[in-house]
Amino acid sequence: MDALIPPLLNGTALGALLLLAALGLTLTFGQMGVINMAHGEFIMAGAFVAYLTQLIIPSSSISIPVALPLAFVVAGLLGLLLEVSIIQWMYRRPLDTLLVTVGVALILQQAALQIFPAQGVPVENPEWLQGQLDVFGYAWPYRQLFTILLAAACVAALAAWLKYTSFGRRIRATVQNRDLAETIGIRTRVVDRITFFVGSGLAGVAGVAASLIGGTNSQMGTQYIIPAFLVVVAGGIGQVKGTVIAAWVIGVAMALFADWTTGSLAQVLAFALVVVFLQFRPQGLFTVRTRGLA
Amino acid sequence: MTALMKLKPYASLIGIAVFAVLLLAVAPSLLSMHWINNLGKYCAWAIVAVGIGLAWGRGGMLVMGQGVFFGLGAYAMAMHMTLENAGPDAIPSFMILYDPLAPLPAFWEPFRSELFTLAAIILLPVIVAGILGYALFKRRVKGAYFAILTQALAVATAVLVSSTIRETGGDTGLSGFRTFFGFLLSDDANKVMIYLITAGLLIACMLLVWQLHRSRFGELLLATRDAEERVRFLGYDPANIKLTAFVIAAVMASIGGAMFVPIVGIITPAEIGASASILMIAGVALGGRASLFGPVLGAMAIGWGQSSLASSWPEGWIYILGLLFVVVTLFLPNGLASLYTRAKGLIAGRRDNGAAPPEPPAPTGAAATAEKAEVSA
Repeated sequence: MDALIPPLLNGTALGALLLLAALGLTLTFGQMGVINMAHGEFIMAGAFVAYLTQLIIPSSSISIPVALPLAFVVAGLLGLLLEVSIIQWMYRRPLDTLLVTVGVALILQQAALQIFPAQGVPVENPEWLQGQLDVFGYAWPYRQLFTILLAAACVAALAAWLKYTSFGRRIRATVQNRDLAETIGIRTRVVDRITFFVGSGLAGVAGVAASLIGGTNSQMGTQYIIPAFLVVVAGGIGQVKGTVIAAWVIGVAMALFADWTTGSLAQVLAFALVVVFLQFRPQGLFTVRTRGLA
Repeated sequence: MTALMKLKPYASLIGIAVFAVLLLAVAPSLLSMHWINNLGKYCAWAIVAVGIGLAWGRGGMLVMGQGVFFGLGAYAMAMHMTLENAGPDAIPSFMILYDPLAPLPAFWEPFRSELFTLAAIILLPVIVAGILGYALFKRRVKGAYFAILTQALAVATAVLVSSTIRETGGDTGLSGFRTFFGFLLSDDANKVMIYLITAGLLIACMLLVWQLHRSRFGELLLATRDAEERVRFLGYDPANIKLTAFVIAAVMASIGGAMFVPIVGIITPAEIGASASILMIAGVALGGRASLFGPVLGAMAIGWGQSSLASSWPEGWIYILGLLFVVVTLFLPNGLASLYTRAKGLIAGRRDNGAAPPEPPAPTGAAATAEKAEVSA
């Protein structure tokens, strides 16, 4: 039993990171049907914002809290730019949005490689994150705890936004029946853009969290994008609830597999797990019935 | 005129014949050894592209993980050639480096046999693609979900190969081959032979796909892409149709990988991972996924761009590649091949009023309407 505690704790933290990465995708892929392969590069942008903030504000205790909203806005603006310049011409062609954003991802990666050093940049952990918590004799780093709290806060904010605000209602109406939503006066174009801004912005927040745990370099986006998509696929389209559960299960499973075998075999097993899971629930954990999306 | 009309259904076949003459007769007599080798490499990628054209262009399945199947063939071939190098009962030198006393990994042993290696190049992708395809298509996983899952497989496989240093050579991969089924690789005549085999296999794959397009299977595949539900209501199982196309594409990718190894002389996880798989898609998208020649010429163009630009101007090459994805998808969703069809349609439309020109096949019904809406807007 004791052997299960470390992978459970690590896995929960990994799941929280995956959740942060997947949350934005749930919005853009699930709600809008856009497959944004550049989402990983938006995560990278968030991580680099954390690094740049740290250059201006040397105290990491202050720079990380400043970086979080800043990364949200920067990644959000990148997403908005992508939507206005390219994506808006491609709604209802989901596979083509995948191809287009692969191109965008390549360009962003190369740009980051030329701006920042190839070996990556360091982002310091704030002092208040450097300790660790004692859980049944196992040391749990505060930064893992921080990732979990950050993910929880983002999920709560997003769920409340979708459920209780009038704008959230407009998003849900647009997803369920775009044409009908338009006839009752919802400006679906505006809804699309704000949804894309928020979805991409969440990638920026994920990037700040990722910069505290893993490396910050031009390749980091590719590292997160596929697990994040697996979470969305397993969670069911457009469902925050499903995303949360799927992220936690995949995170813990990967930590457990890594404990039993090796880290690289764990990735293959996690992939196999998702394929096996789809045999039982091809539509993911939870699904929303929509008419707008095929 | 009537003679020409009779030839029309065979236009593609004549095209393949001309292409075969160019590749098999003209190229070897005109090109230097360096370019023969490069052309062989492009042919290996083009074989992969023909398969992607079948699965994606005709079948609507965006396969983003062809690197996995490319890798299966490539590593099977590379393992055989490595063992050939080491000699009978000997252990490859890179393994001795990591642990001189441990035996050859069990899955290496059968690759000493030439026949087993050739069979594995065909059967391994059949098994892997068969299992994955069966699991996904039977549960009606499709579209973006399918694309993402295939790419996840490519990522996981590349990571796995990278980390198993003693078993697969890890990041440095397998290289330093001296012979190919007993033929010395240093001999120019043998290099030309390997090129000719690769080009011949490419022509054979194109002929197979040409024949498949004309067959009932080809029509069912197209129908499944455009209206899967209707095909199901007609009594066919779309899962089987898609599975067949996916497996054929996987085998072609494996053959391409197997020929890539003796030509290029090295295989690493970087050649089979996510970026390599995306590069394979890029050529097909550029050339035109639904046509027969589009994927082949597109893959060759991308291969040429990579080998000529990537060495001299690597940053620029990535930007060009990224922009190609964006521009081609935005403005030419059916690739450069659609320009030809469009031009032909325009001319035909002017000559005999009313005779509808053949529509370039669109990826999906929704895409087709979107495209039309764009044109009329």
